Amino acid sequence: MDRTIIATTSLAGCFGCHMSLLDIDEKILDLIELVEFNKSPINDIKHFTKMCDIGLIEGGCCNEENVHVLKDFRAHCKILVSVGECAIMGGLPAMRNGIPLIECFEEAYLNGPSVKGNNEQGIIPNDPELPALLNKVYPCHEVVRIDYHLPGCPPRAELIWEALYALITRQPMNLPYEVLKFD
Amino acid sequence: MGQKLTIEPVTRVEGHGKVTIHLDDDNNVVESRLHIVEFRGFERFVQGRPYWEAPVLVQRLCGICPVSHHLAAAKAIDVIVGVGPDGLTPTGEKMRRLMHYGQIFQSHALHFFHLVSPDLLFGINANPEKRNVIEVAKEFKELAVQGVMMRKFGQEIIKATAGKKIHGTGAIAGGINKNLSVEEREFFINGKDPMNIDKMIEWSKEALQLFKKYHLENKEFVDGFAAFPSNHMSLVRKDGAMDLYHGVLRAVDHEGKKILHDIDYQNYLDYIGEGVKSWSYMKFPFLKNLGKTEGWYRVGPLARMNTCDFIPSPLAQKEFEAFKAYTKGKPNNMSLHMHWARLIETLHAAEVIKDLLHDADLQGTNLVARGNKCDEGVGLIEAPRGTLFHHYKINSDDLITMCNLIVSTTHNNEPMNIAVRKVADAMISGQRSIKEGMLNAVEVAIRAYDPCLSCATHAMGKMPLELSLLDATGEVLDRKLK
Ligand code: SF4
Repeated sequence: MDRTIIATTSLAGCFGCHMSLLDIDEKILDLIELVEFNKSPINDIKHFTKMCDIGLIEGGCCNEENVHVLKDFRAHCKILVSVGECAIMGGLPAMRNGIPLIECFEEAYLNGPSVKGNNEQGIIPNDPELPALLNKVYPCHEVVRIDYHLPGCPPRAELIWEALYALITRQPMNLPYEVLKFD
Repeated sequence: MGQKLTIEPVTRVEGHGKVTIHLDDDNNVVESRLHIVEFRGFERFVQGRPYWEAPVLVQRLCGICPVSHHLAAAKAIDVIVGVGPDGLTPTGEKMRRLMHYGQIFQSHALHFFHLVSPDLLFGINANPEKRNVIEVAKEFKELAVQGVMMRKFGQEIIKATAGKKIHGTGAIAGGINKNLSVEEREFFINGKDPMNIDKMIEWSKEALQLFKKYHLENKEFVDGFAAFPSNHMSLVRKDGAMDLYHGVLRAVDHEGKKILHDIDYQNYLDYIGEGVKSWSYMKFPFLKNLGKTEGWYRVGPLARMNTCDFIPSPLAQKEFEAFKAYTKGKPNNMSLHMHWARLIETLHAAEVIKDLLHDADLQGTNLVARGNKCDEGVGLIEAPRGTLFHHYKINSDDLITMCNLIVSTTHNNEPMNIAVRKVADAMISGQRSIKEGMLNAVEVAIRAYDPCLSCATHAMGKMPLELSLLDATGEVLDRKLK
């Protein structure tokens, strides 16, 4: 059997879901025998160099680049998995959805107690090098089609491993109730 | 007509950081900038939430060292509930310390294994394709297993104290919600090889040896690369000892002169301010007495070696003495010595964990202290990457009305920009085209500097770069990818 090709990315996430993947501990060594990594923070591949079997997405979309990367993943991955609450529902970053963006900026750069009085020109970062923020944080499935959702913040290592292993070996997923946690 | 170079870590496309370097007509560097392109808005959107949610909410900023945020927030709300930084029960404080040192241990171990070991084992000039963690795992299986198991040990400590390996819930206002059971204690003290604390101490010593050997063989590079004088800041214990959980705030200049005299951090606003620049979402902290241009400083393992007077555990203290002797007792300003400092701390963390495991207070049942509530609190902690500030105010309904966060990497904003500029001046100024080495150099500068610039850089090892040479109209003249 050919090696399964995997790609991973962190959009508007905290990297906790990637960390949870590392929490499979010794099984990491088994995993690298089974798969080949394409575009991922784990290696040097910046752009997709081929079609991938599985794409793992952490985080929702909070800026235009997240959307761009997510669409690129959909175009290059046969199976796309939303890993964790941020990818599935926007997660904690989506708490800003009920608040005008300008208030978030003002709090961070004008009114916060350690900037107050030290930002004489009233600068709010706006350089063209900074990607434009979206009005809201969007879950991944509102932007592209998503094939599987793994719940948790982050999903437990066992859940990620079981799901991944099933996809790699093309077996039905066996996800017992105990490994499905939602916090 | 001037030109602009853009260096983009892959991780930046995914929302982290990127570097631009502006050149004049003669290809001299006129300006270099490290942009942080990430903005979340935590300070605003936690307003209106009950204060006791802060430790579980705000840690979702960073899944790489969530324990640091969890505990910094908890320390701030300890003050709010009137327990103050020194008023926890012995069980409460020691459980939190165990959690924190477990976190330091796993984070530093992960960093050593994923980030430093490829350089050490394959050499800094090895083919970049090879210098990643997967290749290490293939060629040096034993070391790979060691790295994985050290991280696992730290994560298990976190799970035993916080309830979960990532985004736990252990610390609550005024204390902790569980103690350490006798079974858990046994697991860490007498666990089946290699999962016990004695093995972890042994492995920490080995990792230090590996670095020292590398240092000996690459002295010029390790000592000279991106070295520059700076101020240094961290918490220290009241008697000047290294303490990563609690203490007073101290800063020294590049010569070792104290410029912040062991202050009570509840008053941090009297001493520290933050500037804003239009081209980065990350702010620029500075010491107010020195002002914006002179007052920037470094935080993290290197800074901690420079601020503390001694390390209160025997094996790490011996290593600390050797480290200090190398610079004749003066502050160490060499960026790549960060790795050395980090490994000394790893050993220290393992020793502290061992002491705590043998402390019967961890089986105590008095978990939470109570006091008289007030409406404001500040919590500081030495996170793996440096001093972390949390500050909250609440209203009479117990809802948060103000939240101010200064995270470790933010303190290092100016220093990282300076490191990039150093490298750009040395390697890129006056050059006609882009060479692989330039990418490498900038990458090594940022990474060695503060590997948590983007979470991915820290977590997953190498930071891939794209460097484009653009003319003033934005046309790509040259592009290198690695
Ligand atoms: S789901 Fe949780 S762990 Fe995963 S990225 Fe979001 S906040 Fe982090």
